[in-house]
Amino acid sequence: MYKIVKREEMAEGTVVLNEIEAPSIAKKAKPGQFVILKANEEGERIPLTMADTDPEKGTITIIYMVVGKSTALFKTLKVGEGYQDVIGPLGQATHLDKVGTVVCVGGGTGVAVLYPITRGLKKMGNHVISIIGARTKSLLILEDKMKEASDEFYVCTDDGSYGHKGFVTEVLKNILDKTKVALAVGIGPVPMMKFVSKITKDYDVKTIVSLNPIMIDGTGMCGGCRVSVGGKTKFACVEGPEFDGHAVDYDELMKRLQAYREEEENCRLKFEASKKAA
Amino acid sequence: MSEKTTQKEKSSRQSMPEQKAEVRKRNFEEVPLGYSKEAAMAEAKRCLQCKKPSCIEGCPVGVDIPGFINLIGEGKFAESIKKIWEKNSLPAICGRVCPQEIQCEGKCIVGKKAEPVAIGNLERFAADFERLYGKGEIPSKMKSTGKKIAVVGSGPSGLTVAGDLILKGHDVTVLEAFHKTGGVLVYGIPEFRLPKSIVASEVATLEKLGVKINCNTVVGKSVTVDELFQEGYDAVYVGVGAGLPYFMNIPGENLIGVLSANEYLTRANLMKAYLFPNVDTPIPMGKNVAVLGAGNVAMDSARTAMRLGAEHVSIVYRRSRQEMPARSAEIHHAEEEGIEFKLLTNPTKFIGNDKGRVIGMECIKMELGEPDASGRRKPVPLKGSEFIVDCDLVVVAVGAGANPLLTRSTEGLSLNKGGYIIADLENGKTTKKGVWAGGDIVTGQATVILAMGAGRKAADSIHKYLNWGW
Ligand SMILES: Cc1cc2nc3c(=O)[nH]c(=O)nc-3n(C[C@H](O)[C@H](O)[C@H](O)COP(=O)(O)OP(=O)(O)OC[C@H]3O[C@@H](n4cnc5c(N)ncnc54)[C@H](O)[C@@H]3O)c2cc1C
Ligand SMILES: Cc1cc2nc3c(=O)[nH]c(=O)nc-3n(C[C@H](O)[C@H](O)[C@H](O)COP(=O)(O)OP(=O)(O)OC[C@H]3O[C@@H](n4cnc5c(N)ncnc54)[C@H](O)[C@@H]3O)c2cc1C
Ligand code: SF4
Ligand code: SF4
Ligand code: FES
Repeated sequence: MYKIVKREEMAEGTVVLNEIEAPSIAKKAKPGQFVILKANEEGERIPLTMADTDPEKGTITIIYMVVGKSTALFKTLKVGEGYQDVIGPLGQATHLDKVGTVVCVGGGTGVAVLYPITRGLKKMGNHVISIIGARTKSLLILEDKMKEASDEFYVCTDDGSYGHKGFVTEVLKNILDKTKVALAVGIGPVPMMKFVSKITKDYDVKTIVSLNPIMIDGTGMCGGCRVSVGGKTKFACVEGPEFDGHAVDYDELMKRLQAYREEEENCRLKFEASKKAA
Repeated sequence: MSEKTTQKEKSSRQSMPEQKAEVRKRNFEEVPLGYSKEAAMAEAKRCLQCKKPSCIEGCPVGVDIPGFINLIGEGKFAESIKKIWEKNSLPAICGRVCPQEIQCEGKCIVGKKAEPVAIGNLERFAADFERLYGKGEIPSKMKSTGKKIAVVGSGPSGLTVAGDLILKGHDVTVLEAFHKTGGVLVYGIPEFRLPKSIVASEVATLEKLGVKINCNTVVGKSVTVDELFQEGYDAVYVGVGAGLPYFMNIPGENLIGVLSANEYLTRANLMKAYLFPNVDTPIPMGKNVAVLGAGNVAMDSARTAMRLGAEHVSIVYRRSRQEMPARSAEIHHAEEEGIEFKLLTNPTKFIGNDKGRVIGMECIKMELGEPDASGRRKPVPLKGSEFIVDCDLVVVAVGAGANPLLTRSTEGLSLNKGGYIIADLENGKTTKKGVWAGGDIVTGQATVILAMGAGRKAADSIHKYLNWGW
């Protein structure tokens, strides 16, 4: 078992943080890489990015949004309990380089994926401008940490309850109008990544996005995670999860993410009912 | 009883009791039920105990076939299984999945005039009898050598290496990427053909012997081959299989409902998705399913779809019946279960709806031309013969390639053009000192028994190396 040593709830309990004992993964993991977790014997294999690692303590941190049965089940796990299986580190690490000024754009739980990359880019000596957003103030995550890892920092909420009222893309556009940016990193819901990439393309700024297709093995064995990038099929678990934002077929990805919608919903409802009954 | 009928009885093979097609096509329980003691002994008596047994030549690992069959005939089942174990450590599995018709049974002399001796069924009987009623004796181990060996991959080749080397007194650790051991035996071949409890019991025996098993370890990611040496391993065996699915590379392949057989079977077998929603992994429930290809993988996919409740399942294959590479028993079973064979047919594109789900495919008729490199007649498309096949689920089972995850992260390991590891077929040695390889990652997708045979040769070679050097 991979024991949970710390647990936090964020964003009104819609997002959960787990720090998990996994010494050999902690030792090897690099920003941008993910793990696959399975809670118990009947569980599904769920990919989640490592938001942080502590090689000395031998722990990794994941931050996940509760969206369906599996993440709802993860949420029930307490400190001292744990996951039956954790596999990783998987995927390619972010290519961190000193390029000058970078803009990191994060939406929703995408901020958790963005955070280690932002920190890495800052460590390399880049001038880091970050923009994070959420629907409303109480759903924002990792604000302090992102602020700390950035030279300039902006917050947006859709409803204007905090920071700039509106989408992260509006702030991004303002920045690109004023500043010469060498690299943009956009991580969040697929539509957000699509629009971020559309804007940066107009300004001819190289852009990295992190894709989250449905995965099983995470080792290139099943092809379930395939995405179209530049007209070519790629297996996101081994060749990604990061890709050139300007080349990704986002519409295909959005459709593929719906593959099991009905089944997932039934599974979640059954789980909610069983929790109530217990 | 007249002389004639005895002769006739002698020449007709004991039939294997099976679940009825109508029933089994909707459940996941094993199809053949196994011989009774009486049937096994009667079948054993059909063996002529040849002086120069040609059957043995057909077995890639050289099982003493007349030897073990004779012991079954005498009712000495415990002795019989020991005889098999001398050459084959996984007989319950091989008896079930070996393509016997082109191996041992294909060479059996009785097969010239009548049906060959049912060597596979007898091997299975001996192994099952031992598992169910045996004393569970485990073989004795040699004195500990203090040498450490890492076996990467827990498929049949890796398990064979682990079993052989632990008996020779070495310290063996198996590193497996998945959360369960067994390789294709657990994630690929379905329960109705190879019950997972059999694989689990083989692995349990290895653990009893002292083999350590580290699941969730993706070598090349979690740890590299060079790091294994730094951690103190003296030798590494690479048996990672051919884990890279091939697709057709035709338009529409990324539509929802077009899956590789690896994905489909992994969901069904490893993740037990046929029990969904009692387990958490879903699987697409096709009503009208097309499976591309005609090997074992395709038959397994088609029969799985049928068991998941499909109304219609077809195998779509570009060559003719004669060229179908699957085991003949599985083709026969698939047909009995109502699976349609669309032969000399090749898909040219997939058709989707506005939600990105597959609703059909365009196919073209093929005819057989001149023989190609494989010696089989090459299928060529018949111009203008395109037609539409309706389907809501497509499983692509057109072969597998070499997964580059481990090989790309290991310096000094030479690969061939297809990305497979170059290894000496006699002993499994690779171009990297201290590293052996065998099974599908060397030969391309082959058979369980060939993967085990490669493992056995490599284990002998590793043992020699640990005693006397490279
Ligand atoms: C490389 C990678 C990194 C990720 N990192 C994070 C992260 O750091 N934080 C976070 O909150 N989420 C992350 N995700 C998404 C996360 O894996 C899904 O939200 C989760 O699997 C949903 O599972 P569920 O059973 O709770 O929901 P379900 O009800 O099963 O599904 C809800 C939606 O999640 C997606 N999904 C379902 N199963 C899978 C699966 N096996 N793999 C991927 N997506 C799936 C589908 O779009 C589905 O419609 C990441 C995904 C990938 C591929
Ligand atoms: C659906 C299907 C049906 C088949 N039916 C038959 C049949 O009826 N008869 C027959 O003889 N053959 C059959 N075969 C072929 C046979 O199963 C294979 O030839 C055989 O399993 C190969 O054994 P292996 O040990 O080389 O590899 P595998 O069985 O593929 O095992 C390799 C193992 O290595 C693990 N691995 C991979 N990469 C890594 C890594 N980087 N680190 C750690 N572990 C890793 C994998 O997860 C896997 O567990 C079938 C194959 C399939 C897919
Ligand atoms: S191992 Fe396979 S080929 Fe050899 S005798 Fe047994 S069933 Fe036949
Ligand atoms: S060839 Fe056939 S009859 Fe002869 S020993 Fe082998 S199994 Fe028996
Ligand atoms: S998750 Fe199976 S190939 Fe990527």
